[in-house]
Amino acid sequence: MNNAVINGHSICRLRPGWRLQWEAAQQRHVLLYPEGMVQLNDTAGAVLAQLDGQQDVEAVIATLQAQYPEAPAAAIAEDVHEFIVDAAQQGWIQHD
Amino acid sequence: MTEPTNTVAINGQTGAPLWLLAELTYRCPLQCAYCSNPLDFAEVKDELGTDEWLDTLAQARAMGAVQLGFSGGEPLVRQDLEILVAEARRLGFYTNLITSGQGLNASRIEALRDAGLDHIQISLQASDPDVAAAIAGSRKAHASKLAMARAVKAAGYPMVLNVVLHRHNIDRLDHIIALCDELGADAVELANCQIYGWAHLNRAGLLPSASQLEIAEQTTTRWRERLAERGRDMPLLFVVPDYYHNRPKACMGGWGSIFMTVAPDGAVLPCHSARLLPMRFPSVREHPLREIWYGSEAFNRYRGDAWMQEPCRSCDERHQDVGGCRCQAYLLTGDPAATDPVCDLSPDHHLIEAARREAQGDTRSVRDLTPRNVHESRVFCRS
Repeated sequence: MNNAVINGHSICRLRPGWRLQWEAAQQRHVLLYPEGMVQLNDTAGAVLAQLDGQQDVEAVIATLQAQYPEAPAAAIAEDVHEFIVDAAQQGWIQHD
Repeated sequence: MTEPTNTVAINGQTGAPLWLLAELTYRCPLQCAYCSNPLDFAEVKDELGTDEWLDTLAQARAMGAVQLGFSGGEPLVRQDLEILVAEARRLGFYTNLITSGQGLNASRIEALRDAGLDHIQISLQASDPDVAAAIAGSRKAHASKLAMARAVKAAGYPMVLNVVLHRHNIDRLDHIIALCDELGADAVELANCQIYGWAHLNRAGLLPSASQLEIAEQTTTRWRERLAERGRDMPLLFVVPDYYHNRPKACMGGWGSIFMTVAPDGAVLPCHSARLLPMRFPSVREHPLREIWYGSEAFNRYRGDAWMQEPCRSCDERHQDVGGCRCQAYLLTGDPAATDPVCDLSPDHHLIEAARREAQGDTRSVRDLTPRNVHESRVFCRS
């Protein structure tokens, strides 16, 4: 369950049975789940692609900061944290 | 029709069919009186073969389809289901099996998992065996469904349970939700049966009363609170029948907008009920899927809004509800281009009210309804 607070050491993964996929026809990442699909923007796709059940949130933020050196590091950290909390609330992801 | 075909969707461009429903067969061991299959399904004998399905899946995927439902009839009747699932998964589809659970067993669950099946949705008819048997026309079905639901969960699948509600089981909703909880469902669809196909034939014996619906919605709300308190993540989706709405649904998100059904004989439809309309749908046996989706007269007929009549034509809400459902308009008024009579702005809305009244006077038991089977279907076959 997702009752615990998410912090920098939380490890997140997609909900079991859900799948993140790049769709060439739509030119975006989509999150696929039973009989449904979330069409993701670039940021959401980039973050979810990092949630492999191994890296913690701090590591995910570091990876994305390295991936997007032109963006302010503090802003990336804030955006990622906010998105992950939101995704957990929506039930897209689970965390320890 | 002398008007030129409107080939442009509301946003100015026809998008890809993101959803493909593959109706593999009309064969089914159950006989539910609310089945959405066509009344004359017995006329369809020449099902697409394995290679034809594999080709259809590849074409749809190349067009951008990504959600795939295997349905029917009972898709497990097809012995090549595992082959189709494996290829679909390899192509990148998210694969959903929509089943009654009849024909499932432990080894088949394993084979489907090995093939890469993503999700299994099992339908339940009721919470107790007697009502379930009366609805499905099978005494054994209920127990085997429960066993299969447990096996599906044990195999690690996400499991959605689908319960079709009507006047004969809706009062047992509390027990039904408790059963779904006990079976470990990840989500539950409590869908009042919509009135197409066999359900239209049996309409007066299926529609619940307004007070039945009200109580059922209260029960659902109470369960949502109870589940939340326990931290149990099992969303309950309650679907009110169209006949109790005052505005129509945006059926399929719009005709030929995101959804495509391929019927057992290869007919390509904008939804699984559209076969009842007085028009001919092209087949994958005759044309490439791309040509059918983008270019056929059938798929372009109700795209956009140029086909709409009043009151839709000048209505501010016409792009929200796309005029409702063409099948419902046809079944109730005889004109598939009419405003869906569910809308209380429709001059035909009194037909909906009359159907609700008629149902209140219907005292038949569920056993007295016309079962969906080959014998009854032959009555509706043309030849």
